[in-house]
Amino acid sequence: MRRLMLAALAAILLAPATARAGTYDLTIGTAAINVAGKDQTAMTINGSIPGPVLRFKEGEDLVINVTNTLAEDTSIHWHGLILPYQQDGVPGISFPGIKPGETFTYRFPAQQAGTYWYHSHSGMQEAVGMYGALVIEPKAREPFRYDREHVIVLSDWHPDDSPHKILSNLKMSADYYNYQKRTLSTFVDDAGKMGLGAALADRMDWGDMRMLPSDIADVSGYVFLANGRNTEQNWTGLFKPGERVRLRFINAAAMTFFDVRIPGLKMTVVQADGNNVRPVPVDEFRIAVAETYDVIVRPTEDKAYAVLAESMARTGFARATLAPRMGMAGDIPANRPKQYLTMADMGMAHGDMAGMAGMDHGTMGQGATHTMPDGSTMAGTRHEGQGMTHAMPDGTTMKGESHAGHSMPAQPTHTMPDGATMAGMDHSAHGAPASGDKADPFYAPGSGLMPKAAEGGKFLSYADLKAIKPLYPDRPAAREIEVRLTGNMERYVWSINGVKYSDAEPIRLKFGERVRFKFVNETMMTHPMHLHGMWQILDNGSGKYNPAKHTISIAPGKTVEADIEADAEGEWAFHCHLMYHMATGMFRKVVVERETAEAVR
Amino acid sequence: MKNFILMIAGGLAVSMTAFSPGGANAAGMDDDIYWHVQADQAEYRIGDGADVLAWQGNAWIGNDDHRLAFKTEGENPIGKRLEKAEFQFLYRKPISDFFDVNAGIRHDLRPDPDRTYGVIGIQGLAKQFVETDANLFVSETGDVSARFEAEVDWLITQRLVLQPLVEVDLAFSEDRRIHSGAGINTVEAGLRLKYEIRREFAPYIGLHYERKFGATANFARDEGEDTDALRFVAGVSFWF
Repeated sequence: MRRLMLAALAAILLAPATARAGTYDLTIGTAAINVAGKDQTAMTINGSIPGPVLRFKEGEDLVINVTNTLAEDTSIHWHGLILPYQQDGVPGISFPGIKPGETFTYRFPAQQAGTYWYHSHSGMQEAVGMYGALVIEPKAREPFRYDREHVIVLSDWHPDDSPHKILSNLKMSADYYNYQKRTLSTFVDDAGKMGLGAALADRMDWGDMRMLPSDIADVSGYVFLANGRNTEQNWTGLFKPGERVRLRFINAAAMTFFDVRIPGLKMTVVQADGNNVRPVPVDEFRIAVAETYDVIVRPTEDKAYAVLAESMARTGFARATLAPRMGMAGDIPANRPKQYLTMADMGMAHGDMAGMAGMDHGTMGQGATHTMPDGSTMAGTRHEGQGMTHAMPDGTTMKGESHAGHSMPAQPTHTMPDGATMAGMDHSAHGAPASGDKADPFYAPGSGLMPKAAEGGKFLSYADLKAIKPLYPDRPAAREIEVRLTGNMERYVWSINGVKYSDAEPIRLKFGERVRFKFVNETMMTHPMHLHGMWQILDNGSGKYNPAKHTISIAPGKTVEADIEADAEGEWAFHCHLMYHMATGMFRKVVVERETAEAVR
Repeated sequence: MKNFILMIAGGLAVSMTAFSPGGANAAGMDDDIYWHVQADQAEYRIGDGADVLAWQGNAWIGNDDHRLAFKTEGENPIGKRLEKAEFQFLYRKPISDFFDVNAGIRHDLRPDPDRTYGVIGIQGLAKQFVETDANLFVSETGDVSARFEAEVDWLITQRLVLQPLVEVDLAFSEDRRIHSGAGINTVEAGLRLKYEIRREFAPYIGLHYERKFGATANFARDEGEDTDALRFVAGVSFWF
C-alpha cells in the first residue's frame, strides 16, 4: 500500500515533466527473407524488411528502445531528423554504438514534420535490410489534401553477394558488376551510325581516361523491392476511385537511384525530404538514394495502377500496385534502353566536343539487350495468398479529415487508354522529346543521365522545388567551403577533396554561422550527399524559397551549391549515401562548435 | 619444391600478420584489408617442341595504401624436368591514380642454378586500358635484367574476351650459367580468347609464340633446342 502511494506520488510529481511521448521498441535481429527465389538471411528491425513504419506527432518526444540481438554492434540513425547529436546514431561520431545484447534508448523531441526514415549506420547492415520509414504528423494543417496515404520504401537486395563481398570484388576489379560494357557489336553499330573514324575517336577518348561510359551503377545484380516485396510479390496499396492518395516515397537502397512513374496517373509532388514544396505536377521523378518525395495521386478508375520505380541504370524495376482491391496487379513494361555517360558527364564537353555531346548515347544499342522481366503475364490472383501472409509494414492509414479551403493544384488526371499493356514498346526510341521536356539544369548539358519521362511529359527537376515556408530567413553565407567529390574508380577509392575519411580532418563550422557548400562533382558517378543534423538549403535559383534538403544529389560534371545554417552543436556525419562510396571514404565528420573566449582571443 | 612451399607459406604468414583487420563501423571502414589470389594463366601448350604446362599467377593482401604481393610463373615441359619457375615477393604502393610501384625479391628455382634477384618495378593501367608491368632485376651475381609486359582485354561480347599480350625480356649483361645473353633475350606474344563464365572463372584457348634472340638463342641452339616455338594453348584463368 505504501509502495502504491509512493508510486502515485511519484507519478503526480513526474507528470508535468514528462512530455507526451511516442514510444517504440525495436529489436535488431536476423530473419529469413525470400525475394530472389530462395530463403536468405537479412538483418531486420522487428523481423521484417523494411522495419515498421514509426509514426510520431510533431512536438512530442520520440522514445525508441533499440535492442541488439545480433552478434555484432549495431546502431540506428534517424535520417533527416533534427536532434541532439548524441541521439543521431553514428558509431564513432555520435555514440559508441549498440553492443550485442544491449538496449539503447533514443529520446529526443520531434521538432519537425514530414516523411523521413531510419537505418543502421553500422557495418553495412543497411544494405542487408536494416531500414524503415518514419513519419511525423504535423501540428498545423498541411497545405494539401488527401484522403488516404501509403508509405512506399524502395530498396535493393543483392541475392548473390554480401556487402563485404561486393566491396572486395570491387577492390579486385572495379568493373566486376558491369555487364553493360561496350563491345565489338556496339562498336560496329556506332561505326555504322557515326562513321568509323568518329566511333574510333570516341573509344580512344574513353580509353585515354580509362573509364567506362556504361558505369552508371557500380553494382548490378540487384533485386529491387517496394516495401520489401519484389515485383512478383507485388506490394499493393488500396484506394477507392476518386480518392486523393498520398504516397510517401523513400529510397532506402544501398546503391540504386530510381525513376518513379505511375502510368496513367499524374503525380503532384508536395514534399521533398520532409519539407513541403509548392506542388509540382509531374509524370515521373528521380529519387536519389536516401531522398524522400511525397506525391499525391488521384486514381479515378476502378483498376490497378502500377507504381514503377525503374533503376537509373535501366536494369529493372521495383513495382508496387495501387488497386481498388487486393489481388490486382499493374503491368510491368520493358526496361528502357541502357543509358550511357557522355563526355559531358566527364566534365569534358569543351567546344569541339559539342558534336559528341549531341550524339545520343542513350539510344545506342537499343533493342538488342533489354530483357523483359516477364512482366505482362503476372496475374494478380496468383500472388494473393502470398501477399496476405507477410506482415504489412505499412499500416495503410486512412485520413478522415478533409482540409477544405486549401485548393489543390490542377491535376489533369489524364488516363492513358490501356496504358498498362504497352509493355515492350520502346518509347524512348521515338526520339522527339515530348513537349515540356526541357533540359534539367542539374545535369551537365548533353549528359547521358538527363532524365526524360518514359511516357512523355514532365520529369521533376531540382529546379522545380520551391519551399512553401522557408525554414530560415534568407541571408548570405559568411563563407564558402569547396566540397569536391572525388574518387578513383580503378582502385575503388572514393573521397572528398581527394582525401578519404580515415586520412581526413573534420570540417569545422562555427555555431551560428551560415556557410555555403560548393559541391563540385569531379567523378563520373552521381553522389547523393547527406548531412546529418542540419539542413542543406539547395540553391536552385529560388532565392528565399530555396528548398531545404537532407540529401542533395550531384550529377557527374556538375557544380551544385547549398547553404548550411550551423545551428546544431556537436559532431555530425556528412557523406555520400551510396553504400560503397561511403564505406570506401567519401565521408567527413562535420564539427559545429561554439567559439570559446579562449578561441576568440 | 620444398623451397617453393616454404616461400609461399612464409609469404602468407608475413602478409597476414603485417596488417590488423579494420574496424566494423560505417565511419571507419575505408581502411579495410582485402586479399585475392589469381591465376592469370594455367594452361597446356601444344605445338613446336615438347608440350608444356605453364602458369602465371599472383596474390595480394592489404589496404588501399600498402599491399604485399606474391607473383609466380613457370613452365614445365611434359616428360622433362621443370624448365622455368619464378617467385616474387613484393611490397606494393600506389604512386598515381593508375600505377603502383613494386619492390621486393625474386627467386628462380629454375633455370638451374637458382638465382635470387632484387626487384623494382611499376605496374598499372595505361591509356586504352593496357595493363602494363615493367620490372628491373638485379641478380645475386650482379647482372641486371628487365622485363616488360602488356596486355589488353577486347570485349567481343560481355563475356567473350580477346586478350593479346606481349612480354619482352632483356638483360644488360650476360649470365652464362643460366643461359642468358646480353640484349633482348626473349619475346613472347600471346592471343587468348576467354569466356568469362563468371568474372572469377574463364576457360580459354589461344596461341602462344616465343622467340629467343642473340646469345640466348645461341645457348638454346647449343642445347639442341629451337629458338622459336608456336603453340596452341588451352587453359583457365581464375581468381578468388
